[in-house]
Amino acid sequence: MEKLMQDLKEQIIKQLNLQELTPADIGDDQSLFKDGLGLDSIDALELIVLLQQNYNIRIANPEDGPKIFASVRTMAEFITANQKS
Amino acid sequence: MSQQVWIAGGGVICGIGKNVEECLTSFENMQPGIEDMHYLQSAHKGVFPVAEVKSSNAELAAATGLKPSTSRTAMLSLLAVQEAWQSTGLGDIKQFRVGFISANTVGGMDKTEDFYIDFLANPQSGQLRHVVNHECGAATEIVADAMGIKHHVSTISTACSSGANALMLGSRLIKAGMLDAVIAGGTDSLTRFTVNGFNTLMILDQALCRPFDDTRTGLNLGEGAGYVVLVNDELATKLPGKPWCKLSGFANANDAYHQTASSPDGTGNYLAMKTALERSGIEPKDVAYINLHGTGTANNDVSEGIAIERLFAGATPPASSTKSFTGHTLGASGGIEAVFSSLAVRDGIIYPNARFQHQMKELSFSPVTTFSKGNDLPHVVSNSFGFGGNCSSLVFSR
Amino acid sequence: MINKMYIRGTGCVSPQQTADGSGFLEEVRTYQTSRLPVIDPDYKQWIDIKLIRRMSRVIKMGVAASQLSLQEAGIQSPTAIITGTAYGCLADTGVFLNKMVAQEEQMLTPTAFIQSTHNTVAGQIALMLSCHGYNNTFVHRGFSFENALLDTMLTLQENPTAQILTGGVDEITDQSHAILERFGLYKSSNIDTTNILHSETKGTINGEGAAFFVLSGEKGDNAVATIDAMATLYKPTDVYERMNFCADFLSKNNIEPTAVDVILTGRNGDFSSDLSYDHIESSYFPGATIACFKHLCGEYPTASSFGVYAAVQMLKAGEVPPAMLFGEAKHKQVKKVLLYNHHNNTHHSFILLSVC
Repeated sequence: MEKLMQDLKEQIIKQLNLQELTPADIGDDQSLFKDGLGLDSIDALELIVLLQQNYNIRIANPEDGPKIFASVRTMAEFITANQKS
Repeated sequence: MSQQVWIAGGGVICGIGKNVEECLTSFENMQPGIEDMHYLQSAHKGVFPVAEVKSSNAELAAATGLKPSTSRTAMLSLLAVQEAWQSTGLGDIKQFRVGFISANTVGGMDKTEDFYIDFLANPQSGQLRHVVNHECGAATEIVADAMGIKHHVSTISTACSSGANALMLGSRLIKAGMLDAVIAGGTDSLTRFTVNGFNTLMILDQALCRPFDDTRTGLNLGEGAGYVVLVNDELATKLPGKPWCKLSGFANANDAYHQTASSPDGTGNYLAMKTALERSGIEPKDVAYINLHGTGTANNDVSEGIAIERLFAGATPPASSTKSFTGHTLGASGGIEAVFSSLAVRDGIIYPNARFQHQMKELSFSPVTTFSKGNDLPHVVSNSFGFGGNCSSLVFSR
Repeated sequence: MINKMYIRGTGCVSPQQTADGSGFLEEVRTYQTSRLPVIDPDYKQWIDIKLIRRMSRVIKMGVAASQLSLQEAGIQSPTAIITGTAYGCLADTGVFLNKMVAQEEQMLTPTAFIQSTHNTVAGQIALMLSCHGYNNTFVHRGFSFENALLDTMLTLQENPTAQILTGGVDEITDQSHAILERFGLYKSSNIDTTNILHSETKGTINGEGAAFFVLSGEKGDNAVATIDAMATLYKPTDVYERMNFCADFLSKNNIEPTAVDVILTGRNGDFSSDLSYDHIESSYFPGATIACFKHLCGEYPTASSFGVYAAVQMLKAGEVPPAMLFGEAKHKQVKKVLLYNHHNNTHHSFILLSVC
């Protein structure tokens, strides 16, 4: 889980072009949207593709985004639960 | 200087017909034009239904006399412009000071995306004739040149409100006395670029779109072109027939909320409609029909609906989205729907909103589901809203 | 009825040092290549880091130039925003196209698509300023900026007190340059922008930039110049049509050619394209100083916006910067400038500016 969260932080920074941020700046449980990292709905769409590209997980309904992308930990848990072995 | 700006005629080509008459018949017979992709070559064929103009590029080239390598966007445009001008009965276009204001969103992208396949493999490869008309303005010039229009040409691109904005500049040029007539509207052909772009936003419905229905999950893309002919007072008196109606008001406002989404309370939508009515000198109660932007996305319809309820305060006039028939034709939609709205005033037509079944829980009104004509429609509002917060409303009056 | 537009503020990002607070052309940048890039200012002074991460250069340039012009006009937010861009957001268009082709329409992401829309610059400015006013974008090749000016003029007729933010912006990308180069538009050897206007060979140099203006029907406190008249001519058939059009423009606006101190032309070093300027300069304005600007900013469809920016700087200073002179200076003080520009001999425009 720790390794997955670290990977995710790096991937998020790269995918969303979060200049001047390092993985250490993103807390495991920090909110990714609004008050936390300040991401928005366009970022959520980017993250959906990130999951598809890197973990082969499809999210069909964008409305599921906010729950899955609440924090790096919720993302990692979602991936662990849904990854095909 | 002209006191009024008159609609002297119009032309349309889209998924439900190749001219005004065919489109009206499709509405009357409840025949939407949204089907499986047939002409556009895309990996999403069979996945996302679209409203294509039912003609191949070769057929369009034969109909227009343009080269088959011409962008489909320009060919669709020319057919609608020819119909629009002919419908006025004004004869030789060169007798008048005529301008052409056309909108589109991706120019010659249908050809550019073919070019790019070869170009990316080798930068010296790909036929230049496929990119020479990439710019949005190129499609406008192909049509202006074919029509013999020289006094004014311009191209507007404000995403999905582009076509409506073309009518605004046209109206201003006529009122200022700079032109006698303006052919104004928009055109867009389907491209892989736009299909894929809207797919990344996850707002394309894999089923047929359901504007203003509680179960709606997205839009269907369409293609086409639509133009009205705006004329000044003097030309209006020279028409062999009567003008269709007046363009009595218009407004553009910016939502300034999000790049692609509408604000929850529809600020921009509200401002556009309100300001357009003010310019027209009428009250909300005078509006007899609203041609909705009504794309069928969760976001648009709720924002637009809330803005309408706020403005019309419990007395919302009949309203419907013709996009349930034509798909969302992007840069063309404002032009196509300007033609439909002008005809609505002329013939008292209220258009049906196809596939409506479930009342939206956020709203108290629901769209009209049947076709009717001969209604008393002194004033009709047409909405077009786009990316970048761009919101436009037009008012057509008898 | 207003008969002129007051220029209350100007802002420009260009291949010259126009965005760093230094005096106009105090130091002249010269180039030995066929591609003139803008000198990027530190965009973070105007744009929040959260927004900047998604912005391509054309958007940053447009936002920066708009901010500079608003600052100069001393206002936070304009009444309306009207932009002109022929190519739109080429970099984002290219990113999305490249991925779409390479990934065969699979696993694409939305950001580049959203940002590729032609009205992104105008929309972003509105979003940053919470400006709910009229917002329009013209994309008509060499008339994009002129059409934006026309729309501004007509909008000011209705509301003379409005302060409208109007600008022209275009960018070069590696791919657009490679494609345009294949059309044979640019010089390929012995390029030096200091003497390119006298080259007598075919081809020009590619340019880019953003120039924005705050325009109003009323003078206000800080207007420095006015746009008195503007006219466009589409696809003239021959030299006579161009000449007659220019004569009509002057007579319609009651301008004696001798009252024009400087004729500022869009010479770009392509000898055949520059002939149009020769005709107008020698026939109508033998007594005027001839000045040029495209050796400084390059050729691009909205380059006339840089031309207007340069004209305002001349009117402000009352003189022509030496780097812009084509031949000798004949004027005493610069009070009236006529900008004559054409793009690919298809889109011709005349813009008359005066000191105020």
